[in-house]
Amino acid sequence: MFGVEVSQLFFYLLSFIIIVSAIYVVSLRNIFHCALFLVLCLFSVAGIYILLEAEFLAAVQVLIYVGAVSILMIFAIMLTSRLANKKIMQSNDNVTVAIFVCAGFLLTSLGSFGYTVWKVVDSPLPENNTLTIGKLLMTDYVLPFEVVSIVLLAAMIGAIVLARREKI
Amino acid sequence: MLQYLALAAILFAIGIFGVLTRRNAIGILMSLELMFNAVNINLVTFNKFIGPDNLVGQIFAIFVIVIAAAEAVVGLAIVLLLYRNWQGIDIGNINIMKW
Repeated sequence: MFGVEVSQLFFYLLSFIIIVSAIYVVSLRNIFHCALFLVLCLFSVAGIYILLEAEFLAAVQVLIYVGAVSILMIFAIMLTSRLANKKIMQSNDNVTVAIFVCAGFLLTSLGSFGYTVWKVVDSPLPENNTLTIGKLLMTDYVLPFEVVSIVLLAAMIGAIVLARREKI
Repeated sequence: MLQYLALAAILFAIGIFGVLTRRNAIGILMSLELMFNAVNINLVTFNKFIGPDNLVGQIFAIFVIVIAAAEAVVGLAIVLLLYRNWQGIDIGNINIMKW
């Protein structure tokens, strides 16, 4: 789509935005600001999908994550608004342990990337992204597609049953 | 390809940090979303570089997004229920399931 240098530049820009906003998501005191930085982070992940030539997935990411899930998060923060003020401690006392766990995970995974021999195939992706995904969803993956719709129905009913006030 | 995998690993590690250190249940759910996104970046990367013949990785990424949405809905309903019954969602105080 672009030249190699331009896409490299976009990649580094997007990963910088993703990492910085993700660090803000896990470390800011004000939980509402965390939700706003989560929106920025998810939007940049959609940019990464476009760089990886997954345009349909980028659109789905913007519609579902940026449009729906983060709005849901902001609703929940508003409904539990007494906790959103800054005086409440937002992190517990095992920060040092968590830093060690994350550093261990990161070192292990980055080291194993270097030692693994990847069988990289150099052929291009299918031409029409959305068409191919739609055909696969309606032929090979029709059973998971139907099961996932039942999962969504169950989640909807479960959320209604959990959140209503009077007993059933 | 390695740069995308490294980005996903860093994002996943930040998500683990958030899950381990947050007190607020909504903060934990937001960190979980970060981890789901790291997994999705991995799936799409492997689809492009390892098996580009068809789009199986992207289809699995779509399923992950759908399940993450369902998880967020049920999780936030539970959070609202906790807030109503405990007047707070500090998960350190909610130990009714602890034996």
